[in-house]
Amino acid sequence: MSVTQEALSNHPPSHVGGEHVEHADHPDPNLWIFGFWIFLASDLILFASLFATYAVLHTHIANGPSARQIFDVTGFTAETLFLLTSSFTCGLATWSMRRGQRGWVAGWLVVTLILGLLFIGFEVDEFATNSMKGYGMSTSAFLSAFYTLVGTHGCHVSLGICWMIAILIQVLRLGITEVTARKVFVVGLYWHFLDVVWVFIFTVVYLTGVMG
Amino acid sequence: MPDDTLNVSHFLVTGDPLIYGADVSIVVVSIAIVAVLTYYRKWGWLWREWLTTVDHKKIGIMYMIAALLMLFRGGVDALLMRMQLAFPNTRFLEAEHYNQIFTTHGTIMILFMAMPFIFAMMNIAVPLMIGARDVAFPYLNAISFWMFFFGAMLFNLSFVIGGSPDAGWTSYPPLAESDFNLGPGENYYLLALQISGIGSIATGINFFVTILKMRAPGMTLMRMPLFCWAILATSILIIFVFPVLTVALALLLIDRIAGAHFFTMLGGGNPMMYINMFWIWGHPEVYIVILPAFGIFSEVVATFSGKRIFGYASMVASLMAIAVISYFTWVHHFFTMGAGPGVNSFFALSTMIIAIPTGVKIFNWLATMYNGRVRVTVPMKWALGFIPNFAVGGATGVMLSVAPADYQYHNSYFLIAHFHQTLIGGVVFGMLAGMYYWWPKMFGFVLEERYANWGFWWFNIGFYVCFIPQYLLGFMGMTRRIYTYPTGMGWSTLNLISTIGAFMMGLGFLFIAAGIVYSIFYGERDTTGDPWNGRTLEWSVPSPAPHYNFARIPVVTSRDAWWTMKKERKQGVLPPGEDEIRPIHMPKNSGRPFILSLSFFVAGFGLVFHWYILTVIGFSAVAACLLLRSFDYDTDYYIPVDEIKKTEASYGRS
Amino acid sequence: MKYKAARWLRMLPVGAACLLLSGCTREQFLVFNPAGPVGRIEMHLIILSMVLIGIVVVPVMLILWYIVHRFRDRPNNRAPYRPEWSENRTLEIIWWGIPIIIIGILAVNTVHDTFRLTRPPEPTGKPLTIHVTSLDWKWLFEYPDQKIATVNYCYIPTGRPIQFVLTADAPMNSFWVPQLGGQEYTMPGMAMRLWLEADKPGTYFGSGANFTGRGYAHMKFDVIATSDPEFSQWAAKVRQTAPALTRSGYTQLVKQSVVGRMSFSSFPPGLFQETIMREGGMYMKHDISVLDNKA
Repeated sequence: MSVTQEALSNHPPSHVGGEHVEHADHPDPNLWIFGFWIFLASDLILFASLFATYAVLHTHIANGPSARQIFDVTGFTAETLFLLTSSFTCGLATWSMRRGQRGWVAGWLVVTLILGLLFIGFEVDEFATNSMKGYGMSTSAFLSAFYTLVGTHGCHVSLGICWMIAILIQVLRLGITEVTARKVFVVGLYWHFLDVVWVFIFTVVYLTGVMG
Repeated sequence: MPDDTLNVSHFLVTGDPLIYGADVSIVVVSIAIVAVLTYYRKWGWLWREWLTTVDHKKIGIMYMIAALLMLFRGGVDALLMRMQLAFPNTRFLEAEHYNQIFTTHGTIMILFMAMPFIFAMMNIAVPLMIGARDVAFPYLNAISFWMFFFGAMLFNLSFVIGGSPDAGWTSYPPLAESDFNLGPGENYYLLALQISGIGSIATGINFFVTILKMRAPGMTLMRMPLFCWAILATSILIIFVFPVLTVALALLLIDRIAGAHFFTMLGGGNPMMYINMFWIWGHPEVYIVILPAFGIFSEVVATFSGKRIFGYASMVASLMAIAVISYFTWVHHFFTMGAGPGVNSFFALSTMIIAIPTGVKIFNWLATMYNGRVRVTVPMKWALGFIPNFAVGGATGVMLSVAPADYQYHNSYFLIAHFHQTLIGGVVFGMLAGMYYWWPKMFGFVLEERYANWGFWWFNIGFYVCFIPQYLLGFMGMTRRIYTYPTGMGWSTLNLISTIGAFMMGLGFLFIAAGIVYSIFYGERDTTGDPWNGRTLEWSVPSPAPHYNFARIPVVTSRDAWWTMKKERKQGVLPPGEDEIRPIHMPKNSGRPFILSLSFFVAGFGLVFHWYILTVIGFSAVAACLLLRSFDYDTDYYIPVDEIKKTEASYGRS
Repeated sequence: MKYKAARWLRMLPVGAACLLLSGCTREQFLVFNPAGPVGRIEMHLIILSMVLIGIVVVPVMLILWYIVHRFRDRPNNRAPYRPEWSENRTLEIIWWGIPIIIIGILAVNTVHDTFRLTRPPEPTGKPLTIHVTSLDWKWLFEYPDQKIATVNYCYIPTGRPIQFVLTADAPMNSFWVPQLGGQEYTMPGMAMRLWLEADKPGTYFGSGANFTGRGYAHMKFDVIATSDPEFSQWAAKVRQTAPALTRSGYTQLVKQSVVGRMSFSSFPPGLFQETIMREGGMYMKHDISVLDNKA
């Protein structure tokens, strides 16, 4: 989180226009970053709707299991550790990017990717284990909401992994240019955003689930 | 894979002369289009100039054409319904068909007519008004358009393949769940809205960034034309409410495809959750489409009164107030769900409060004309027709917001009359005003007046004949969405009058369309670039606008920038910024947005029929398009100075 | 030529208005012909709101007509032309103020009546409870006190508040008897309370007001209000003459169909509650309190 803040201070997201002439002559990286912030706001509403759905339906367990019966503390703690650490390493990649160190950027991105893959691996394992027990999407409203909320986050992370691989290749090929720097920064924003959403999933879904 | 999808007679909708007629006309029109394009060797032109364009003006034009076509389709739906309801106990349409028709009518008019029409207007006007050369993300803009387009295609395809949705445009579960609604129609609805919804969110982001970041030097926020303010407000609404619709539709789709229990009757589902989410989007949605219309009226009224807009600050404040308050009114769509008197009171009050800034806007438009010189041109006619229309529509809206009284209006024809009065009297009038107003800027000629006047009068009067009786029908207890009604209720006369009114509106539409065709051949050329004696920057460039918009970025010193420039020029003051022309940086055309959206269409079509292989193919193509874009570094170019000078000279400018 | 046509067209709405007013009688405007206190409160509120909005709408139309005539761009128009006149604080205060006052008046009345209508309309008579279930595509009325049930019609005694408890065992619908009062949704898994009362005998038109598919247009029913003794007689007669509604009979009834009127001398006890609980009521505190008949 703090890394995002630090990066932000170099990229003020909202300086209200009017002052810069001939804006169309240079594709302004700030424009992209600002646009991406707005997209994240929109995506946040998407998650908020899913959280609201989960909040309404999490007690509707019909004939299925309750949250406490299926949540595995070790599993989701590990997932949380992987994702939080990956957010940190992703911040380090952005930091190295600012210092123009291509090798370090690539290195930290690779570490981030590995942690992201581990996270996804654990999540897939969790879903598969539960499905094998017969606790699927169609068991109860609670499970529908659970799989959809956590699964949507998982899809976002998977998409982020693919995207980060693409950017990693570009950094390796082209080095740190204005364009690749922007891309590293934007994918970093996305990654931190997913991390923040996960913190909410961790509290609202998992912690509340095992305690309630 | 369910067995019935393999059956051809289920796949192609059969058994109804209307559908056969539609099949034949679709085939004939498609063959005609292909033949004409081939004969005149226009395929390359179509691809280079239109399908791959990232130019906001061309995208706007394509949006507008699509909106007019969808207005036609939705209008035909409306006329079919009115024919069925003209007399009691009619057997013209059966319940199944009637249900499909009102569902497609509603969905098409809101999402595939009103939305693209506002996107058309904002694409055409906003960058020109703020002195920009394009939107912030031209490539994304093209994606938005094609996502909308293929969403609309997918929706319309349901008419001939598989059957149309029939659970109403709101598609409330559990009626829309697979327990009660087997057919693929409902899947079409969900996927088509989802695909076009992605495009809408992207447009919202795009114009939000464009307006905040791309304004010409000197154009502060409080110097922006009111239309840009309206689009800013609309963009904010889109960004924050469309994701909620995305989720509502996605969850319903997951229910239908994966057997989940979000909104089902059994298994712990809660249908009220869908209804809440739908209207958390749905109410701001009506402001998403009406605010741009308010913006257009502000421009049109000021221009044709030859006067500054009255109470600019009030107008801005009321736009923003409406945008913010509209987030807190959604429950008024279901007061009768009985959420309790406290909740109902809150939402009744928030709804009433919206009427205050709206009323202020109407008074300000009146004051703008006061002490002005009112030129009653075609765009102005639509604006003048709008004011009484919207006054009544808004007033009945206030009546509906009175929660206990709403128990008597809800789902009755009173409600139908109200929202048609605001959506037609507000949005359609507004978009037509905008179309007539900006037409010269799009195409370089003015739309001819005689046909346009006939169109206006038939449409405007037909509107009252059609909908005033519906208010009364509501008081007589007639509910919406019934395909037939008995005699003896006193509903027959009023329904017949209403049907006559609907056909008058249909005639009005034909006049408008005929006027466009006539003007294409005989329309008066606009050689000045400023046919209306305009006030804002789009009238400072030639008509049609060159693809780079401004050879030199204008420097703005006041509100109504072009009006001031004209005045200063008369006084011999040269505007600042008339320096050397420099090469202009422009985005390159790309076919990828088209292919990307086509891939979404393929994936969506696969999901409709549970053909998951097709879905996988579609999404793989989507992923490929996205990755290719990421690796594409050859996305823009510079227009050399010579070419700009040549273009400007061809318009008679230096 | 153009203006002639326009003027002629402008006469059309007037003609249309005459035509439609001659064709309908006052009784047919059900909302304006209430037969009970709830409908009357709502009608008064409707009339109040019409008057209040009229205060804005009528002047707007007149001012619009005046301005367009006075300031029209004609040669020799001697009206003032001030292209820069665009601010006037007094005027703006007036037209921010007027709507605020009107909305204020309306708001007070709205809130007052919103709360009033959640209570029995006239707490003098002894309330009667009727359980209403909307089905595809018919209405089932169960009388828990009389232990009888009907389909597509119901009897109510005049002068007594009727507590309709509404639910659905099908896609959601809405229960509307315009002359008695406004509607409320019937939803699966929900028990909703709607207070109505008839103060004069008569047969009142009722219909489903929320779309539920193919047979929806035929979901009409009658509410027949009679004096209390007549109501008791009717109930006794149904109990003696009509067949019983069994569980399998109910299963048949739930299937999609359009039927006429039916009467049943009894119904499976607890059926209404069970249906609601099964379809989601078990998660709703609100349902349980309504079914236990608590305020």
